[in-house]
Amino acid sequence: MAFSAAVITFPGSNCDRDMAVAIEEICGGTVHRVWHGDAGLPEGLDFIALPGGFSYGDYLRSGAMAARSPVMQAVVEQAGRGVPVLGVCNGFQVLTEAGLLPGALMRNAGIRFVCRDVKLTVETSQSLFTARYFKGQTITIPVAHHDGNYFADEATLDRLEGEGRVAFRYAEPVNGSQRDIAGVLNEAGNVLGMMPHPERMIEEAQGGSDGRRLFESVLGSLGVSA
Amino acid sequence: MKVRVHVSLKNGVLDPQGRAIHHALEGLGFAGVNDVRAGRLIELDMADSVTDEALDEMCRKLLANMVIENYRIEKVA
Repeated sequence: MAFSAAVITFPGSNCDRDMAVAIEEICGGTVHRVWHGDAGLPEGLDFIALPGGFSYGDYLRSGAMAARSPVMQAVVEQAGRGVPVLGVCNGFQVLTEAGLLPGALMRNAGIRFVCRDVKLTVETSQSLFTARYFKGQTITIPVAHHDGNYFADEATLDRLEGEGRVAFRYAEPVNGSQRDIAGVLNEAGNVLGMMPHPERMIEEAQGGSDGRRLFESVLGSLGVSA
Repeated sequence: MKVRVHVSLKNGVLDPQGRAIHHALEGLGFAGVNDVRAGRLIELDMADSVTDEALDEMCRKLLANMVIENYRIEKVA
């Protein structure tokens, strides 16, 4: 069976096409483009991606409105059934606001919008999103965000670290995130939120391809032939 | 019924916006400002039949992010 993925578009999403192209290029199969107002998701999805952007103009809080949009109920339900869900940048903000991931993304500590390539350390290869990396590997992935300052209380941070749920850490100061956290996993390990954009680093023409392995990991974990 | 919901960052949560405002005030020459915390005020006009429980739920489900924020409900009239 061919790989089947969905990319959700909210009003104000702007990385949805990049995400769809990355999945198509690397995983093959079918990428469904789903509108936020859709009540449901296609049947039999192998992968759901929430893209970057400024859903609803970041009104109230980044990701807050999108997290309450109709399609998110279906995303929460599919996540509960174990379907891999990736949220990048605004998608990460949406996942925290929807309660699928702990913590919150606050305004960058330096106030400024940060848009540049950053070095990340892969903190675990024991996840379906990072299996094709190795623990401790340094990779370069771009960030582009204003609200990427990850916050959670100390007890939550300790739990995330103890359970191996910090997927990526910034290898340099970027936005003031607690413990330099760039990406976190949910308890079951099938939901990943990250501020850096792996879909923008999939071929040399983009300046590097360190993001490819994330999508290859997802594909590999499912044992689906492209 | 007019209701004001005051949303503020919890104690201990760093407030980069408040810090920037503080810095700007100092830049303008205002002395004696010890700290600045920025929050959000949401005004609601609602039917008198809306219960306190429902109002509380609105705050917890949407108006405030309970991970980082507190809220205070003020009934104006």
